[in-house]
Amino acid sequence: MRKLTTGDAAFQSLNYILLSLLGIMTLYPFLNLLALSFNDSLDSLKGGVHILPRAFTLENYATMFQNTQLYGAALRSLARTLIGTGLGIFCTALFAYALSRKEFVFRRGFNLILVVTLYVNGGIIPIYLTIKNLHLTNSFFVYLLPLLINGFYIMIMRSSFEQLPAGLTESAKIDGASDFQTLFRIIIPISLPVIATITLFIAVMHWNSWFDNYLYNSRDQKLALLQYELMKILLNSVGQQSSQTHVDENTVKIISPESIRATMTIIVTVPILLIYPFLQRYFIKGITIGAIKE
Amino acid sequence: MQHATTGQKKWLIRIKQQKQLIAMTVPLVVLVIVFHYLPLWGWIMAFQKYSLVKGISGSPFVGFDKFADLFRDDRFYQVLRNTLVMGLLNLITGFFGAILFALLLNEIRFSLFKRTIQTIAYIPHFVSWVVIANIFTMILSPDGGTMNVILEKLGLVESPIYFLAQEEWFWVIHTAASLWKELGWSSIIYLAVLAGVNTELYEAAEMDGASRYRKMWHISVPSLMPTAFVLLVLSLGWIIQSGYESQFLLGNSVVIDYSEVLDLYALNYSFQIGDYSYGAAISIFKSIVSITLVVAVNFLSGKLGQGKVI
Repeated sequence: MRKLTTGDAAFQSLNYILLSLLGIMTLYPFLNLLALSFNDSLDSLKGGVHILPRAFTLENYATMFQNTQLYGAALRSLARTLIGTGLGIFCTALFAYALSRKEFVFRRGFNLILVVTLYVNGGIIPIYLTIKNLHLTNSFFVYLLPLLINGFYIMIMRSSFEQLPAGLTESAKIDGASDFQTLFRIIIPISLPVIATITLFIAVMHWNSWFDNYLYNSRDQKLALLQYELMKILLNSVGQQSSQTHVDENTVKIISPESIRATMTIIVTVPILLIYPFLQRYFIKGITIGAIKE
Repeated sequence: MQHATTGQKKWLIRIKQQKQLIAMTVPLVVLVIVFHYLPLWGWIMAFQKYSLVKGISGSPFVGFDKFADLFRDDRFYQVLRNTLVMGLLNLITGFFGAILFALLLNEIRFSLFKRTIQTIAYIPHFVSWVVIANIFTMILSPDGGTMNVILEKLGLVESPIYFLAQEEWFWVIHTAASLWKELGWSSIIYLAVLAGVNTELYEAAEMDGASRYRKMWHISVPSLMPTAFVLLVLSLGWIIQSGYESQFLLGNSVVIDYSEVLDLYALNYSFQIGDYSYGAAISIFKSIVSITLVVAVNFLSGKLGQGKVI
């Protein structure tokens, strides 16, 4: 055991304190929301609920899920994420694989077409009008199609495929495997870290999207997503922040805006927090390999 | 002539051999063209008096009139200022924040603590801006928000401040929220670099009696420099693209003079007045600045002997 000098000890203690503070500052808001979501709505109004609920109840969640509008939005968000992620990872893998094949005739051309999208984009108004002219507004497809191809994710996956030994695909070819077979039977199974990483990224992107809902589909309540519903609550509450909330003590079913926001935020956040610890070791590896090699 | 035909033949054979690769990519390339290149076609309308009914093919051309309007518009400069200031603040705080965080975390030997902090620090990156904005609205609320409670307990304020309705606070709040969201995530790459530093360097320094702090300063920091430089250069081009979700969600009508950025201005202007050409002109301006920045910075880094980044 090495002896610490006073300076080192001071530095180290300070470091632990600083990082703990940072950890608390990051975690506290989430724990606070969690506590509020499980706390009785009227009781929360008194303030002082921190990381543990004071008057535990499931009422907030029950009320939220009785709201059919919200229930529908949750299902749509889930559907969008599942379909969007499935299609997204499929297309990303196809494109990345083809671009990683050195002999591919269109390799340079398609690569260029893709790289340009990383730096140039039409801008918010031209994109809006394109979507409108394609008659994609007020439809579920606008959630899926424009996001199907993401140049950045394809580049990460391509560079990961390129680092695999060339002999793998050559021997597969000699054995008579088609490109589809090579991709799905050989390349993907040994590229699970990068596949997992990109899957997580795409899933998070879909789950967190709300602006396309706001811009293209805000007229049709049947297309509303969970994040958009949460956004509406946020915008409404900011306007009336300073006005006091009046809640009738006798009506049990009414919950305060604060509790609604807390509960809603938890509902929106939990799915991500459930999957991400499992994928963490993959994405740290995946993103750093892709990034450093670039 | 003979040579050309054999060349063509060879090419055709290759196409035939690669029909699977072509089938894999062509439909996707079509998607890229539709959703990334077709909007560029829409840039034409910045030079037109665009009408929704007539479309691009039917609208009359007005040359650079829309750009002239843009450069005469005081509001445009205000919005441009907001975009650049917030972009720059994000860049600076994010850059130094991530490096500092990685350095501090790298000094932790107790791996359970290190992993816990790391895992916690990544969380905000994965939640939406809607959630982040909700959290900040609650923390900064004048109605029992954590920030006001703390300030009151410390005796720093007498009555609660409604932070989100103070123009002068918006840039600070926006920068803090962005930093809070991305700090952990953007440090991943630096942590990876630090993990790869030759441990013999640290051991040698230790023999020479270097303190923790000195080792960090003389070994860890220099080893981060190349990566840091590349990332800084890359992000410079993005100053003007600092996004719009965060400003949309954290801003409100009271602070709009400080919160509105180019994209939101383009959107509001086009939708409220029905002048899509103006919005397109703003988008073009933004792209040109962004590309100019990327190219200039790339050129500069070549001159500085760091090698071109792109």
